[in-house]
Amino acid sequence: MASLDVALSVKGLTKKFDISAPFLNRIVERKPKRYLCAVDDISFEVPKGGCVSLVGESGCGKSTVARLVVGLYAPTGGAVEFGDHRDGNALSVQMIFQDPYSSLNPRWRVRDIVAEPIRELNLREGEAAINARVDELLRVVGLSPKDGTKFPHEFSGGQRQRISIARALGGEPTFLVCDEPTSALDVSVQAQILNLMRDLQDKLGLTYLFISHDLSVVRHMSDRIAVMYLGRIVEDAPTEALFDEPLHPYTRLLLDTIPNLEAPKRARDAAAGEVPSPIDPPSGCTFHPRCPLANARCKAERPAILSVGDGRRVACHAVEEGRG
Amino acid sequence: MLMQVDRQSAVWSGMPVAEPVLEVRGLRISFPTRHDTVNAVSDVSFSIRKGEILGVVGESGAGKSMTGLATLGLLEPPGHISAGQIFLGGQRIDNLPDRQMEKIRGRRIGAIFQDPLTSLHPLFTVGAQLVETIRLHLRLTRAQAKRRAVDLLKEVGIPAPEDRVNDYPHQFSGGMRQRVVIALALAAEPELIIADEPTTALDVSVQAQIMALLRRLCDDRGAAVMLVTHDMGVIAETADRVAVLYAGRVIEIGSVEEITRAPKHPYTSGLMGSIPPLQGRVPRLMQIDGAMPRPDAIPAGCPFNPRCAKAGPRCLSDLPPLVEIAGTRAACWLYSGGVN
Ligand SMILES: Nc1ncnc2c1ncn2[C@@H]1O[C@H](COP(=O)(O)OP(=O)(O)OP(=O)(O)O)[C@@H](O)[C@H]1O
Ligand SMILES: Nc1ncnc2c1ncn2[C@@H]1O[C@H](COP(=O)(O)OP(=O)(O)OP(=O)(O)O)[C@@H](O)[C@H]1O
Ligand code: SF4
Ligand code: SF4
Ligand SMILES: [Mg+2]
Ligand SMILES: [Mg+2]
Repeated sequence: MASLDVALSVKGLTKKFDISAPFLNRIVERKPKRYLCAVDDISFEVPKGGCVSLVGESGCGKSTVARLVVGLYAPTGGAVEFGDHRDGNALSVQMIFQDPYSSLNPRWRVRDIVAEPIRELNLREGEAAINARVDELLRVVGLSPKDGTKFPHEFSGGQRQRISIARALGGEPTFLVCDEPTSALDVSVQAQILNLMRDLQDKLGLTYLFISHDLSVVRHMSDRIAVMYLGRIVEDAPTEALFDEPLHPYTRLLLDTIPNLEAPKRARDAAAGEVPSPIDPPSGCTFHPRCPLANARCKAERPAILSVGDGRRVACHAVEEGRG
Repeated sequence: MLMQVDRQSAVWSGMPVAEPVLEVRGLRISFPTRHDTVNAVSDVSFSIRKGEILGVVGESGAGKSMTGLATLGLLEPPGHISAGQIFLGGQRIDNLPDRQMEKIRGRRIGAIFQDPLTSLHPLFTVGAQLVETIRLHLRLTRAQAKRRAVDLLKEVGIPAPEDRVNDYPHQFSGGMRQRVVIALALAAEPELIIADEPTTALDVSVQAQIMALLRRLCDDRGAAVMLVTHDMGVIAETADRVAVLYAGRVIEIGSVEEITRAPKHPYTSGLMGSIPPLQGRVPRLMQIDGAMPRPDAIPAGCPFNPRCAKAGPRCLSDLPPLVEIAGTRAACWLYSGGVN
C-alpha cells in the first residue's frame, strides 16, 4: 500500500503490445511474434492534491501510461496502486480525453452524458437528485443547466471539453487523469479550461496526472514533471528545477525546441534527428543516436534511473559520470 | 536598362521599391446558404514581399485556410470570392480561368498543408513525384529532373537523398514526409509559398527543424511565405510580420516584434495573455470568455464586442476601421476616436 500522502504509486509498470502479423501470415511467411514495448519499467508517484505531468514526443508512451493507470489496459508487468482517500475509501479515478469530439456520444443529450457516471456508480438516489447534481456540475464547469437538453454537436470544442470535465466530475473522482485535455483547443479556449482545472483543484482538492506535449502548458499546471523517451522515464524533477536546470540531454533538447514568445531564438540551429521506431529501438541508451554526449558505454549499456538529490531522478551515464 | 529607370522613378515618386510578391485587396469569401449568404472572410487586405514571412494567426474558423485556398484558386464551391482582388507579382490572379490557375499553382505558388499524406501519392516513389512535378513546370530532361529531385531532398535535409529518392512516402517518418512535401512545393522555385499549419501534426523538435528550414529557404531563395498557424510562439520565432484574423477579418497586422511586445487590439492582447508563459509563473492565465462567433452569427459593430472588456456603445453599432498605430495597424475604436 502506498504511503499516506501518496495518491498514486506506479512501480515497474510495463506494457507490451503484440504487433505480430496475423497467425496465418506468420506461419506462411515464417515470421516470429513481434512486440512493441510502449511502456518499459517505469516508476513514479503522484502526491495527494498535486499535479504530476508526463511529457515527451509523440509515441513515447504517455497515453499508454494514462490508460494503464485508469485500468483501460492491463499491465504486462508492474503495479498501479492508489492511496486511500481521507475517509479511508479507495480513491476514485476518472479520465479526460484529448478529443472532445469523439469522446462524447453524439446521440445523447448533454444531461444524460453528464449523468452517466452518477447513474453507473449509484451516487444519487432518484431522478430529481440526479438532475439537481447535473445542473450543479454544468454550473461548476461554466455552462448553464439549460445546456443539458442540447446535443454535443451544438457546442464548440471548448464547451465540449467542459462537458467532458463535467461528466468526469460526476463520478466524484479524487483523481483525474487528463490526456492532452487542451491539445485540440484554441489558446484562448485552452486558457479557460486550464483556469477551470486549477479552480477545481483548489475547490475540490483534486489530484491530477496530466499529459501534454506542450511544455508551456505543463509548466503552468504541474508541480513535478516526468520526461519520457521511448517508453521510459529519463528525467523526473520538480517543475522549476527541471526548467531552470535540465539535466538529461533529451530534456535539454526538448526545452531548446520550444518556440519562445518572450525570447525568440530566431537564429537557432534546430536540433537534428527524430524519435527512432519503438519496434526496434536503439541499443543501450535509446537516446544515443540523437545525443551529443553519447559514447561507447551509451551504445552498450542502458542507464538506470538514479536519484541525484533534491527529489530529482535522471537516467544518463554522462550525468552519473559527471561529464553532463 | 529599363529596370533601373523604373526603380529610379519609383524611388523618386516615393513608391516602395519592390513590388510585393502577393497582394490581397479587400478579399471577401462567401458561401451561399438556404436563406442568404455568409461571409467566411470579409475585407481582408495584406501583402507579402520577397524574402518575407507573413504569419497568419487566429482561432479555429477565423478564415486562415480560406484565405490561403482563395489565393491558390482552390476554394471548394459553393464557396467563392465575392469581392476584392489578388495579385501575384503585379498580375491579377483571382479571376483567371482554372486552366491558367493550374499552371500557376506549383510553378509560381507552392503549397504545404497540415497533413503531408494529402500531398503525396502513396503508390509512387517520392522521386517519381518530384520528377513529375519538376518536368511539369520546368523544361528539363528526365535525368536532369532526377538530379534536381535529389538536390531538393538534400536541401530540405533528408539524409542519403540518393537512396531515399527511390522510397515510398510510407517509408518516411512524419517529419521527413513533411520535408518531402516542402521539396515538392519548392520543385519549380515558386515565388510564393503558402504553408497552412505545416507542423501542427509534428513533434516540437521536428517542428523546430521544419520552421528553421522554411526560414532558411525564404532567406536564401527570396521566396515570399504565407505561414498559417495558430501558434504565436512559432510566429514569434519564424515570421517577419503577422496578421491576426478574427471572425474573417484582419483585426491587427504589423511587425512580429511590435505585436508580440505591445499588442494593440484587445483580442490580440488577450490572445498573448492566454498563452502560458515560459518565464515567471502566473497563478491564472488571462482569459477571454466566450468563443469566436460563427460566420452566420457575427454581431453588428465590432465582431469582438461580446467578448471585449473595453467595449463601449459605439462598438455595438459601428465596425472599427483598420488604422495605423505606432508600427502596427489595428481595427479598434480605442484607437480611432473612442468607444463612446
Ligand atoms: N493498441 C496498441 N497496439 C499496438 N501499439 C500501440 C497501441 N497503442 C499504442 N501503441 C504504440 O505504443 C507507443 C506509445 O503510444 P502512446 O499512444 O502511448 O504514445 P503517446 O506518448 O501518447 O503519443 P502521442 O503524443 O502521439 O499521443 C506508440 O509507438 C504506439 O504506436
Ligand atoms: N462549405 C462551407 N460552407 C459554409 N461555411 C464554411 C464552409 N467551409 C468553411 N466554412 C466556414 O468558413 C470559416 C473559415 O474557415 P477556415 O477553414 O478558413 O478557418 P481556419 O481559420 O483555417 O480554422 P482552423 O484553425 O480550424 O483551420 C469557418 O467559420 C467555417 O465554418
Ligand atoms: S546515457 Fe549517453 S546517450 Fe544516453 S542521454 Fe546520457 S550521454 Fe546521452
Ligand atoms: S472596437 Fe470596441 S469591442 Fe472592438 S475591440 Fe475595440 S474596444 Fe473592444
Ligand atoms: Mg497520446
Ligand atoms: Mg485551417
